[in-house]
Amino acid sequence: MRPAASNLGDEVVLEAQALQQLLEVLSGRGYQVVGPTLRQGSLVYDRLSSLDDLPRGWGDQQEGGFFRLRPLNEPALFGYGVGQKSWKEFLYPPRRRLWPARQEAHGLQILPPGEDAVKFAFIGVHPCDLHAIAVQDKVFLEGPYLDLHYQARRQSAFILAVNCGHACGTGFCVSMGTGPRASSGFDLALTEILAEARHYLVVTVGSEKGRQVISQLPHRRAQAQELEAAAKVVAQAAGQMGRSLDTTEIKALLYRNYDNPRWDQVAARCLTCGNCTLVCPTCFCHTVEDTSGLTGEQAERWRRWDVCYTVDFSYLHGGSIRATPRSRYRQWLTHKLATWIDQFGVSGCVGCGRCITWCPVAIDITAEVRAIREGERSGARGQGPGARGQGAGISKGTDKSN
Amino acid sequence: MPRKRRPKLAVWKFASCDGCQLSLLDCEDELLTIAGELEISYFVEASKAVVKGPYDISLVEGSIAAPHDLERIQHVRQISKFVMPIGACATAGGIQGLRNFAKVENYIPLVYARPQVIEALETSTPISAHVPVDFELQGCPINKRQLVEVVSALLQGRKPVVSPHSVCMECKMRGNICVQVALGIPCLGPVTHAGCGAICPTYQRGCYGCYGPKETPNTASLSAWFSQRLGVTEPELLRLFRTFNAGAEPFRQESEAHDH
Repeated sequence: MRPAASNLGDEVVLEAQALQQLLEVLSGRGYQVVGPTLRQGSLVYDRLSSLDDLPRGWGDQQEGGFFRLRPLNEPALFGYGVGQKSWKEFLYPPRRRLWPARQEAHGLQILPPGEDAVKFAFIGVHPCDLHAIAVQDKVFLEGPYLDLHYQARRQSAFILAVNCGHACGTGFCVSMGTGPRASSGFDLALTEILAEARHYLVVTVGSEKGRQVISQLPHRRAQAQELEAAAKVVAQAAGQMGRSLDTTEIKALLYRNYDNPRWDQVAARCLTCGNCTLVCPTCFCHTVEDTSGLTGEQAERWRRWDVCYTVDFSYLHGGSIRATPRSRYRQWLTHKLATWIDQFGVSGCVGCGRCITWCPVAIDITAEVRAIREGERSGARGQGPGARGQGAGISKGTDKSN
Repeated sequence: MPRKRRPKLAVWKFASCDGCQLSLLDCEDELLTIAGELEISYFVEASKAVVKGPYDISLVEGSIAAPHDLERIQHVRQISKFVMPIGACATAGGIQGLRNFAKVENYIPLVYARPQVIEALETSTPISAHVPVDFELQGCPINKRQLVEVVSALLQGRKPVVSPHSVCMECKMRGNICVQVALGIPCLGPVTHAGCGAICPTYQRGCYGCYGPKETPNTASLSAWFSQRLGVTEPELLRLFRTFNAGAEPFRQESEAHDH
């Protein structure tokens, strides 16, 4: 194939085996290449050393509380949806040492965290996860306080997105406007096509970094029929979408249903284990923990993921303001879909469906919103907005904020 | 900061297997530092040398299972500033708490050649059922890192980092894939207190709840899922919740719900 000059927005074709060269080019440019691979009987994102590490010929089957790998009838490299893991653990790791400190003669000496700079190339980022990264960008990079660690990893990252060829069993990206096609936020985005004897990738160039990488690979301009085939792949995924979430006036809906009896029903099932937020690619809450050695000569401050399902999360003087599982589930859902919009100008939900698949008892955010909407139509809104805050004890009126 | 005197540590044993006390001796790297920062004053598992009380910190292992325990725990409380029960026996009554669901006199002849010399209470109960306690460390056995953390926190006068949330939190942060969702293995992680570091799921086994209930555990919902979706039978559910922490109230109630 004769290399053709490519520009931003261009769509080019690579043969599937050229991905091996792509991985090598990225490594050569100093990236730690991470992408989907099979481990622990499931799909994880981990370091890729060659094309053989990708889960060729594997897909997934997902339902509420259920995930299984599924062999495909074709040697697709990207034939699966999203797994439990997301890219947030690379950009915003579960635990991070903020600083160590040492007791010295003149007092406490705060030392630098001593982290190595690492530059990631993410291979196979689904469109919902591109949106999730954009949501976390708003959290960590916009507003008065920057997260410098996130910023360093985020700005140096290379993103190879993949348009979805089939719908995840629990996803609802179409209704959230986040998939199954990547529209922005990538360096390169590919659509994988297996047709008759050919296995090729239609690649959109999304950035200068992407253009430079593609220029090192054998490629050519995509032809009309190849573009058509790529569009068909994505349309097929959109058509398979099994779930949807109606976001019409979602803020107003949730704000006026603070006392809807549905919250009691979901609280009866909710384990408050925190899994939904841990797997959510946008959840960003964390806590800070101090540790010290036995002698008190050394101390460390750590940041770790936290979830709004623990009692400690909302512990203020005198107790937790979200003492009941009802108030904690309501906080999570209301924040995700409504107060998040007030806070960051976007929804906190990208429709990836992870919270549904990885909930140990299959609580389904789309079903909960539907039940609240339908319950309201049939007059089950609890005591209505005028009665807000007349709920149980201490959680009075404080629940809707984060 | 120089301290005037080293705080005195005592380690007490009630009805137990000694495993939690051994966690202290297992702190091989930290033991000399601990002995330097604390005066290990009463620890008969480790040394016959006994320094008289009162004590600043009393670690209490074991449950109250015999008549003389009743008086001895009062004594321990009286001579200790800070009382911390350690392990499932001391915090929930332990595996010997299974007697609480049966008649203890039926067990005694099965175990002992001369049942008449055995003095046992009808029930095995946690330390907190008898005296006020200052902090509890759950687990069968406890995690030595948590023990060192609590001791460090006490010495430095700060809050110990011991979270009462689910094992799932540790499991996900460790990077494990959920064994229940991805492999169909019933796992008590969502209702179990963190602290072990999610050992069992890391080796692709379901959590069996040896750290006892987490805060606000919804055992009924998890049981319903086990039974309806994972094919766990009623007798199996009973056994799942009736192990080392059978006497912990949420687990007790859940096992009784399946005791037909």
